[in-house]
Amino acid sequence: MAADGGQGALTSSQYIAHHLQNLQVCKAETGEWVWNQCAGNPMALNVDSMFFSLLLGVVFIWSFGKAARKATSGVPGKLQAFVEIIVGFVDSIVKECFQGKSKLVAPLALTVFVWVFLMNLMDLIPVDWLPMAAARVGIPYLKVVPTTDVNVTFGMSLSVFALIIFYTVKTKGVGGFVREMTMQPIAPPTRGIGLIGAPFIIAFNLILETVALLAKPLSLSMRLFGNMFAGELIFILIALVGVWQLPLHFAWAIFHLLIVTLQAFIFMMLTIAYISLAVEEH
Amino acid sequence: MEMVIAYTALAVAFMIGMGALGVGIGMGLLGGRFLEGAARQPELAPMLQTKMFIVVALLDAVAMIGVGIALLFAFANPFVDQLKNAMAPVAG
Repeated sequence: MAADGGQGALTSSQYIAHHLQNLQVCKAETGEWVWNQCAGNPMALNVDSMFFSLLLGVVFIWSFGKAARKATSGVPGKLQAFVEIIVGFVDSIVKECFQGKSKLVAPLALTVFVWVFLMNLMDLIPVDWLPMAAARVGIPYLKVVPTTDVNVTFGMSLSVFALIIFYTVKTKGVGGFVREMTMQPIAPPTRGIGLIGAPFIIAFNLILETVALLAKPLSLSMRLFGNMFAGELIFILIALVGVWQLPLHFAWAIFHLLIVTLQAFIFMMLTIAYISLAVEEH
Repeated sequence: MEMVIAYTALAVAFMIGMGALGVGIGMGLLGGRFLEGAARQPELAPMLQTKMFIVVALLDAVAMIGVGIALLFAFANPFVDQLKNAMAPVAG
């Protein structure tokens, strides 16, 4: 965690910039695939974020699946007890918040919670360990926390957004969806002289409701990204301090543990709340 | 060029500071109400604490979005690139 990691003297901002860069692959103008020369290329792929998010997803599915397959109704083992605690917790929250009937919401909530929690937990690994190990194998940049990558958080929130629209259309029909966007919050007059003002009121409603609808995935992803990015940046900045970094790292890591869990919990809660809003009838 | 960097630095400070100010006041009010409610009805304290954490995370979001954008400006200032592109034809 020293400021010059055996590469000669790095300046502070070089160290920070080095740790904030993803391992990217993209197609250059010549048509061939190049690594790490993708500044500004919109078709660049962040290989490290994809690798770690897929790896953690596999870890989650494999361990929870193993506990489920070996589940006994007698005295449970440690893994089964742990999985039961988490599943029971998510189940109680879904029962409390979601009033509709759906077989998708509770598994979705469990996936979102545990996956986001595992991805956030990668932030607690000391900043230099994995990138240094990767540098020995020849990988120049490595960002190990997938949720500090805007693409990952937006991917998740756009999937939730697609589910919100899908559930709204499925429960209320396309007509109901349009009605929800245009007739709220001000009900346009439908007879009499007020009919002249109806198009303006509908346009006004449409603007308000579109903004509210678009704010949902945007805020969902930016909340998670902002929290995790700021946390990772503070870890990097503490790593620059020198020999006094260990107590600071320790204190910040304990506080960050709270934030990690809280953000995963909030992502799950908001997913359940948005889908429950989409499904409810007035 | 220096003016761009100087004003960006001021803007970054503003974004982080004002966000922190607003969130600090908000969380203070929230914590105070929670303590009042818990003192009034101690058996409701766990439920109130859960709801309080939910609101804390929602408040955090706005401050964090501000911090994220401010740090973007601090480390990868788009105005500097814009200035470079605008000055390059003149210099070249």
